[in-house]
Amino acid sequence: MNKSELIEALAQDIGIPHREAAAITNTIIDTMIESLSRGESIEIRGFGSFVIKQYESYEGRNPKTGKKIKVKPKKLPFFKVGKDLREQVNVSG
Amino acid sequence: MTLTKADLVQQVYKNHETLTKAQATESVEAFLRISKNSLIDGSDLLLSGFGKFNVKDKNARRGRNPQTGAELTLDARRVVTFKPSGILREKINGA
Repeated sequence: MNKSELIEALAQDIGIPHREAAAITNTIIDTMIESLSRGESIEIRGFGSFVIKQYESYEGRNPKTGKKIKVKPKKLPFFKVGKDLREQVNVSG
Repeated sequence: MTLTKADLVQQVYKNHETLTKAQATESVEAFLRISKNSLIDGSDLLLSGFGKFNVKDKNARRGRNPQTGAELTLDARRVVTFKPSGILREKINGA
């Protein structure tokens, strides 16, 4: 499912115009992005949580050429699936 | 500070003047329910600009109880993974 399919499903589910469902979807996604950009975590019960992990600079290698390179410090978001969702995804298989 | 569902509801309510608080709550709940159902049905969820949630099948494997060292078999299972989009990674790193 992609974003436009989600928007369509949201519009149908709660009976609102497509354009309004799109605006709400964007608000939700933008709010999450802003939160993570400030280094804050997200915790949605039943769905999962996101935390930012900070990596220091390290010496890596270009996997193609084998050449040594310096990897700059970076932050990455990590997702941990919530218990509810983890269990439901697993039983459906 | 941690962002929660209540914060999402608050933000939707604030940004969309036509919605009542109850409708804002309903829309966030529906957003999450639809997202979850997509993953439960085994189909990936792609939110452009944010990232992609994948449903992956893991094979059964032999493992050990790290405390006792006893061998055990871990059943095949289905898990959810997340890959952040390039846009999200750039924003998090202040680009």
